[in-house]
Amino acid sequence: MFTNFPLFPHQASAQAAQVDNLYFFLLSVTAFFSLLIATLVVVFAIKYRRRHRDEVGVAIHGSLALEMLWTIIPFFIVMVMFVWGAKVFFDIYRPVAGSMEIYVVGKQWMWKVQHMDGQKEINELHVPVGRPVKLVMASEDVIHDFFIPAFRVKADVVPGRYNHLSFTATKAGTYHLFCAQYCGTRHSGMIGSVIAMEPADFQAWLSGGRATDSPLASGEKLFQDLACSTCHRSDTQGRGPMLANLFGKSVELQSGGTAVADEAYLRESIVNPQAKIVAGFQPLMPTFQGLVSEEQILQLIAYVRSLSAQGAAPAPAGTSAPTLPQQSDRPVKEKK
Amino acid sequence: MAADGHARVAAEGAHGVRHPRLQHHFDDMEQQAEASTLGMWVFLVTEIMFFGGLFMAYLVYRTQMPDAFREASHHLDITLGATNTVILIVSSLTMALAVRSAQTGQPAKTQVGWLVATMVFGAAFLGIKAIEYTEKFRDHIVPGPFFEWHGTYPRGAEMFYSLYFAMTGLHALHMVVGLGIMTVMASLAWRGRFDDTYYTPIEVSGLYWHFVDIVWIFLFPLLYLIGRH
Amino acid sequence: MPNYLTNGHGLASWLLTKDHKRIALLYLASITAFFFLGGMFAFLIRLELLTPAGDVMTSESYNKMFTMHGVVMVFFFLIPSIPAVLGNFFIPIMIGAKDLAFPRINLLSWYVYVLGGLFTLVAALGGGVDTGWTFYTPYSTAASNTHVITAGLGVFITGFSSILTGLNFIVTIHRMRAPGMTWFRLPLFVWSHYATSLIMILGTPVIAITVLLVAVERGLHLGIFDPALGGDPILFQHLFWFYSHPAVYIMILPAMGVISEVVQAFSRKNVFGYSFVAFSSLAIAIIGFLVWGHHIFVAGQSVYAGLIFSILSFLVAIPSAVKVFNWTATIYKGSVSFDAPMLYAFGFLGLFTIGGLTGLFLATVGLDVHVHDTYFIIAHFHYIMVGGAIMGYLAGLHYWWPKISGKMYPEGWARFAALIVFVGFNLTFFPQFVLGYLGMPRRYHVYPPEFQVLNVLSTAGATVLAVGYLLPMVYFTWSIFAGEKAPMNPWGVKGLEWEIPSPPPTENFVVSPIVTHRTHQYAPSKEVGIGG
Repeated sequence: MFTNFPLFPHQASAQAAQVDNLYFFLLSVTAFFSLLIATLVVVFAIKYRRRHRDEVGVAIHGSLALEMLWTIIPFFIVMVMFVWGAKVFFDIYRPVAGSMEIYVVGKQWMWKVQHMDGQKEINELHVPVGRPVKLVMASEDVIHDFFIPAFRVKADVVPGRYNHLSFTATKAGTYHLFCAQYCGTRHSGMIGSVIAMEPADFQAWLSGGRATDSPLASGEKLFQDLACSTCHRSDTQGRGPMLANLFGKSVELQSGGTAVADEAYLRESIVNPQAKIVAGFQPLMPTFQGLVSEEQILQLIAYVRSLSAQGAAPAPAGTSAPTLPQQSDRPVKEKK
Repeated sequence: MAADGHARVAAEGAHGVRHPRLQHHFDDMEQQAEASTLGMWVFLVTEIMFFGGLFMAYLVYRTQMPDAFREASHHLDITLGATNTVILIVSSLTMALAVRSAQTGQPAKTQVGWLVATMVFGAAFLGIKAIEYTEKFRDHIVPGPFFEWHGTYPRGAEMFYSLYFAMTGLHALHMVVGLGIMTVMASLAWRGRFDDTYYTPIEVSGLYWHFVDIVWIFLFPLLYLIGRH
Repeated sequence: MPNYLTNGHGLASWLLTKDHKRIALLYLASITAFFFLGGMFAFLIRLELLTPAGDVMTSESYNKMFTMHGVVMVFFFLIPSIPAVLGNFFIPIMIGAKDLAFPRINLLSWYVYVLGGLFTLVAALGGGVDTGWTFYTPYSTAASNTHVITAGLGVFITGFSSILTGLNFIVTIHRMRAPGMTWFRLPLFVWSHYATSLIMILGTPVIAITVLLVAVERGLHLGIFDPALGGDPILFQHLFWFYSHPAVYIMILPAMGVISEVVQAFSRKNVFGYSFVAFSSLAIAIIGFLVWGHHIFVAGQSVYAGLIFSILSFLVAIPSAVKVFNWTATIYKGSVSFDAPMLYAFGFLGLFTIGGLTGLFLATVGLDVHVHDTYFIIAHFHYIMVGGAIMGYLAGLHYWWPKISGKMYPEGWARFAALIVFVGFNLTFFPQFVLGYLGMPRRYHVYPPEFQVLNVLSTAGATVLAVGYLLPMVYFTWSIFAGEKAPMNPWGVKGLEWEIPSPPPTENFVVSPIVTHRTHQYAPSKEVGIGG
């Protein structure tokens, strides 16, 4: 019954070792101070135990030197923790240029995954080992949280915004995928597997399977079906702004100011078109809230991104992009 | 520690008689008055934090959707809002006069008169507020399934009106409570309870009333006057 | 001369009392009821988690169990526990006053508490709530179809009880001190309650308005947090944690105050570094208001906001560390006795140290990403709230029980219970640290089978812990009827409360005291260094 009894999680991503080292550092600090306090309390209590009924303690009022000591030493220790923790945090959250992007939509109570090549999965996520992956995540209903313990990463999936999760798997295997933010009745059933595969196996998996249209192709089709193309024409004569070469650029707004045309901006422009009107255009566009699902919005965004110059479009998994994390501190979306 | 047997200074006031309004656990009238006043100030601090949550929400959303808020604000009746502002400022004056009439030991009738005047203004404020709310219902700009908006920013406008009703509703609730307090004060004053030696209840009620007025002084420009310059 | 227990008989003399000591007992009775209710929910949770599958109850029921456990324990037990019972009883006595500044408001606060409790009970018995005690939107406003509004109103109403208590304490401590009771002669118990009261009056209104907005959004469709209107569910989390993080300090600060008293009393020695212990309470209260964002590290707030909240969360740990070191130093060269209150205080020192240090794991952003919303957090905050706050509460209850009831509790049983609680607690919650790092998320009804061994250990511990909590219940009740009569000062310790009869007379002091020096001065003052 109790054969499988782990005490420590798998270490299967580039981040995991970093997080674990930090964990062991904090663990030793905790052990040291807990033992220190426990020992002192026990030793003092026994050594100075009451020996006769009317005995009283010695009046000691304090010591500034000691107070300073036990304020400053903990201060420096926690500052080490802070700096170290901040560094690990940056490494976890900084998307690596050329990451393979995958769209994830959470809904009560399942995870829907869509690869750029068209593979769709439910409650499973296949990723290649050694290739940086960036998840773009949206929620159809309430807040969820995409949590892969073996990779030491998680991020909330919040309705109305896109949150991102980056990781690089380092060891092939099947790992737990949990929803970590309470989301209702079957919260504990909103689980699945992350399957990290050797690159060759991953390619085989990609080309096998029941590939459907890629998000880009689905988005293009939606763009026609929803008649977006009547106003957003490929020339300058449309009633709506031209979408070619838009993604990642800065847009002049009617109200003054600018906005960067990233995923969040495109999503807002679809569900709430009046929020940010581009300078020189009328607020004519109706809202598509309720008419398109979060998945479809992601497909439309994939299509709009594909209209931009090379580099902005999400890299399909099949392409041979760099396999090692590159030291770049700029998020992909800002790449011109 | 040190109850070393000395009796504390006698609890009686300067005249050697306990004031009939002095509660048993206070030493003297001064301590009692100080405690009550401090209590009300502390309470008002909690009220600031209470409204603070709403003001925070307002700040966040107005920063996010300034145009929508400007557009939505234009549907508020600025005349009624301004009238209410004046009414409340005047009610604060009559409130201050009520407190002063008690402090200076004027007859019960004078005290009651100022209190009733304050209540009349308060009631007038709520009446005008009711008219405004009715208009909103008539125009279908109450958030919820029947919300209709014919401007550019239906979503932002619904958010604005959600905040409008939450903030003015909470404020109106405080006005209703204020009217209740004033009723109690007026009846106590009528029975001659307050004079120049004992006026703390009416004074701290006044603090509450002024606070509720001040909240409105913030609400009026934030809700009615956006982008009207 | 009648004492406060014999001065007036019948139900009305209790339900209409304005005596802070009787009101404290009203609170004691009601929070004990809520404690065992919340404990029952906890026990059902642990029972369900014995096996990986959901075989004791449905997911709907399980979700209601942990929600009700959280709501009841946080709002109806932990927050009122020490302040409303021990604080209510002893603050006026410790500062040499006859009562709190506003006795009627004190009674009102109890009625408000009971009213809020009734709302929550109606919600619980009428079908339950399943949002988690955190009421996160949009689940609470749009998705859940349970009694969110009723439970929310319960929390809202109870909040006012807390505000009224805090207000009463602040005014009392400012205005009701006996002659000579200067700020720096105040017992540390009073200092910690002053800091607690500041949080109560500044934080509670914010959660009141936040929960009210959830109720209004659900009931009246005013969509303040609704993403469909451009609202932001994360704003709810900011407002919620602006109170609910400091609320943790509402629970732990009074316990720290108790520990300061108990450690001094049972070492027969004044505290080491009085002003550092006193000011660290204020520092915790103030910095505690600036750290709420560490609950939202993975919700998508900006990286820089995360860093600021991280560094502030580290800073709030320092004053807690200072306290622990000072208590330890207080025992040095004391005259230490091992009576039950001191055993609980030892337990507190151990468990709070572990609880506080594991808090650092959560303040470390890079590490919090992994352990956030797992059992690691559950273990951490139970070490603080159960290992810290409840240990402190039990220490205080035992320490002052002779004064409150006029009877001695059976010392042998009490020491035994303290030991049981300590062992049971560690067995329950230590495995959860391991579970959390393994990745078991909180609020999971069913879980992967490899987590079972640790969960079984935890449930076994919970059973031991339950026995440890039932024992004091039994022997305290027994002592009321059959306990030895308590003398005025059974422990042979200092403090104004030990200079009046047990139980105290209604007016507390026959002759109002004049204070000439600080409490817990056992030996002639000998200046060693500075600080004190």
